[in-house]
Amino acid sequence: MDVLEETVVDLASTPVRELNKALHEAEPGSRWRVENPRGAHNVAVGIHEDIRVTVEGHVGYFAAGMHQKGWLEIVGNAGTGLAENIMSGTVHVTGSTSQSTGATGHGGLIVVDGSTGARCGIAMKGVDIVVGGDIGHMSAFMAQAGRLVVCGDAGEALGDSIYEARIYVKGTVASLGADCIEKPMRDEHLAELGDLLAAAGRSDDPADFRRYGSARTLYHFHSHNTY
Amino acid sequence: MDTSALRESATFDRATIRRIQQAAETGVYHIRGWGAKRPLPHFDDLLFLGASMSRYPLEGYREACGTDVVLGDRHASKPLHLDIPVTIAGMSFGALSANAKEALGRGASEAGTSTTTGDGGMTPEERGHSRHLVYQYLPSRYGMNPDDLRKADAIEVVLGQGAKPGGGGMLLGQKITERVAGMRTLPVGIDQRSPSRHPDWTGPDDLTIKIAELREITDWEKPIFVKIGASRPYYDTSLAVKAGADVVVLDGMQGGTAATQEVFIEHVGIPILAAIPMAVEALQELGVHRQVQLIVSGGIRTGADVAKALALGADAVSIGTAALIALGDNSPQFADEYEKIGSAPGFYDDFQDGRDPAGISTQDPELMARLDPIEGGRRIANYLRVLTLEAQTIARACGKSHVRNLEPEDLVALTLESAAMARVPLAGTNWIPGTEL
Repeated sequence: MDVLEETVVDLASTPVRELNKALHEAEPGSRWRVENPRGAHNVAVGIHEDIRVTVEGHVGYFAAGMHQKGWLEIVGNAGTGLAENIMSGTVHVTGSTSQSTGATGHGGLIVVDGSTGARCGIAMKGVDIVVGGDIGHMSAFMAQAGRLVVCGDAGEALGDSIYEARIYVKGTVASLGADCIEKPMRDEHLAELGDLLAAAGRSDDPADFRRYGSARTLYHFHSHNTY
Repeated sequence: MDTSALRESATFDRATIRRIQQAAETGVYHIRGWGAKRPLPHFDDLLFLGASMSRYPLEGYREACGTDVVLGDRHASKPLHLDIPVTIAGMSFGALSANAKEALGRGASEAGTSTTTGDGGMTPEERGHSRHLVYQYLPSRYGMNPDDLRKADAIEVVLGQGAKPGGGGMLLGQKITERVAGMRTLPVGIDQRSPSRHPDWTGPDDLTIKIAELREITDWEKPIFVKIGASRPYYDTSLAVKAGADVVVLDGMQGGTAATQEVFIEHVGIPILAAIPMAVEALQELGVHRQVQLIVSGGIRTGADVAKALALGADAVSIGTAALIALGDNSPQFADEYEKIGSAPGFYDDFQDGRDPAGISTQDPELMARLDPIEGGRRIANYLRVLTLEAQTIARACGKSHVRNLEPEDLVALTLESAAMARVPLAGTNWIPGTEL
């Protein structure tokens, strides 16, 4: 499709509500460009058709919330809860994001070129998240499924109370949370990490990463495993 | 043996002694279902005055007394229109069997009211059999799916519940079957925890944006409820309204749970009787009483309870424990089986262990099959009808042509505590403790 066929929505003159309604009614395959978001909340939430959306500028809370299909790029930074509960599709942020990036995401791919705040991937349920920079404390808290890839450093209490999600970190880990341990990198992990990095358009070497996951000691309630 | 001289300690009664012994034996605290079991100031402590020389009653069997209620017409383009002011509270598939969920949906639909999902998501059976289905949006987001969000008739953001304000949830491994695990994206058979905090918002300012997000995703169609466990209802109600809630759901400490520490159930939160006037005060001060509807729950058993809750200012009530009892929970027909698992009809509260003889709080296929969802639905509908008829009976006696017209002026209290909490006069006096005569 030609770039000229893009529909441009200027949030300087159009309410977010109108933008979202238009995106919910968009034809599959259509292209959208959103200008002047100026930190608005709830930009491009609930997209459920296979469309392409580019947001030119910074966005506030819950941008791309519950994203179900298609490709969405934010050329700028994003606030709290970027692509929370994402189901499928791809969300790419060229800058950095605040806390709870990809919270409870069930599927799809989130790529953050910069860094994220605290609780990145909290309670993730199948989403893949690739972060070019660092992630904040308590990331992957109660992470159930999916992969979190960190090309920089991880903050304190990484993977606290983690279930079956897998975490790959290239840099340092300030500390591991309860029941999160380092695990060996086997061939299948190197392969899946290579695929994830490639999907995110990165050239990092999988061999430079370490893997973290659940020791599974908290899976059954016991008086001695409360903190 | 002559036992007449034996005296049980009020402080160390037999149940307390047994708990101490169990703690010493196992090192694990007691987890159970149900809500608070201790005696609490409750609706029983209130009485209706009824019509007299100064009030004109309606004819009990002839004159109309409306029961319908609209929930969530502040912002939503499709508010909920219910025929009766009694709804079914949120209870999860997982905690309850699929048959129990279906029965609740069937019964509620027949009676013209709503039922509510729970932690773990929406099942097709539940959606299919519920005319009005409220979709809970919980901290765990287990099974949270935007398609289900759009299929719902209302969305309930859950901050807490009366049995455990400030607590998360727990579903023990014996109930995490393949289907339950699949819906929650968890390994089969593990003890599953539900967090106590939402993962992507922390306070009322964030909640405002979260509610706006839910509205945006559903194109401003669905009413948004905010459910709180009764602890600081004045502030919580004020903040929920400020955050944009269409409906506040307030659950007192008698409200049930499928699995919580007993110490939590019995010692955290306040009775619903104390909570309602505080929430109503907040709504009135903000000028939104009846515009933002109030649904209350926690110990609703009879139409008298319904009428009293409405008279204190609620727009509707929710039932949970009572609905399970209507389905067959604690029925004498299972006496032998209750005995085998160390319980008895009237006492069974081990909803957490998955061995419910009535087939309600279980995922065991054999036990589950005991509950016929069609017959269960009939029983729920019957019970809802009785609650409504009873509430109408009282409303007519108080001269009200609609149950929503019941008011605090219709009530007096039997005890100082209930008079102070409900803010109605002590019977036979004009005294409301806490106010000047």
